[in-house]
Amino acid sequence: MNYFVIIIAAIFVNNIVLMQFLGICPFLGVSKRISTAVGMAGAVAFVMVLATIVTYLIQHYVLNKLGLAYLQTIAFILVIASLVQLVEIILKKVSPAMYQALGIFLPLITTNCAILGVAILTVQKEFNLLEGVVYAIANAVGFGLALTLFAGIREHLDLQDIPKGLKGTPIALITAGILAMAFMGFSGLV
Amino acid sequence: MNQWKNFSKGFIKENPVFVLVLGMCPTLGVTSSAINGLGMGLATAFVLMMSNVVISLVKNVIPEKVRIPSFIVIIAAFVTIVQLAMQAYLPSLYKSLGLFIPLIVVNCIVLGRAEAFASKNNVISSAIDGLGIGLGFSFALVLLGSIREILGSGRIFNITLYSENYVTLLFVLSPGAFIVLGYLIAVINRFNK
Repeated sequence: MNYFVIIIAAIFVNNIVLMQFLGICPFLGVSKRISTAVGMAGAVAFVMVLATIVTYLIQHYVLNKLGLAYLQTIAFILVIASLVQLVEIILKKVSPAMYQALGIFLPLITTNCAILGVAILTVQKEFNLLEGVVYAIANAVGFGLALTLFAGIREHLDLQDIPKGLKGTPIALITAGILAMAFMGFSGLV
Repeated sequence: MNQWKNFSKGFIKENPVFVLVLGMCPTLGVTSSAINGLGMGLATAFVLMMSNVVISLVKNVIPEKVRIPSFIVIIAAFVTIVQLAMQAYLPSLYKSLGLFIPLIVVNCIVLGRAEAFASKNNVISSAIDGLGIGLGFSFALVLLGSIREILGSGRIFNITLYSENYVTLLFVLSPGAFIVLGYLIAVINRFNK
């Protein structure tokens, strides 16, 4: 039951992009087409789960043990940056096809605040490792959902006659606002 | 004159939020009130200026290949300083900004200025550039925060302007952030061209 609540809350009620404002850069940047949006969502999901596990272990078995909790920000960002690099190198060797699909997104992920945000939130909410993993997966799904929905809308938006001043970023932001309004319908669910 | 231009470009011409559309997460996340926007803007400005100074001082020592990770460590160090100082002296602001303080480290504006400006220019220009862009960012956040606070809770900087019976709560909630920023960028685009 507990896990169910975490999942529903992370995907719908507190959607990471539309309600918590994490990962807005890729949300606006790579949402012009559904295919790239799906690629980005896949890369984020992969790194997010991996990063949450590694940062959880570092927080509990290294930083807390040594009384260095204040180094959390530096330690986490270093772990995430090296993890992204590692994933990139491994993917290049093991699965060139997947590297082709996700490759261009990987360097961008280091500065995706959703990854660092989820890692820090997992520690702040005092989840255990399994809850943390579930939380990360649910957030990755929430990110993917918001990104694909938004990309679908933007593909249609290209064909519409939009006033000149609103073209590009402004109309994208307003669309995201309306999408966020729709997600507000889920509030109070959990 | 040249340094003045370097300083003032951050406000309108190269404003990180309105023109370059960078650093969107804190921009949307903390601007439910003007005072939060100001706090976040100044915290980012401090990190931006200090990291610009340090990076331009050490730019010749850092090998090309480990440039980005080194920049990130320098930025993270200043973010930790801000985090600890704010926790000690401004606990209520720290609480309302929450997660977004540690997330300054992944704010694309900071790394962007480090890479595009501080790693190529001298210390004084870098400091001025950091300060200018940082204050431009603060300006954008305060503007967005004020509009949302006036429309959404009938107040500005906690001074009541009109009765709460007439407010539109939507503007302090998340959809309001997207919509207000969208229209603001549209208006600024209109005057920039």
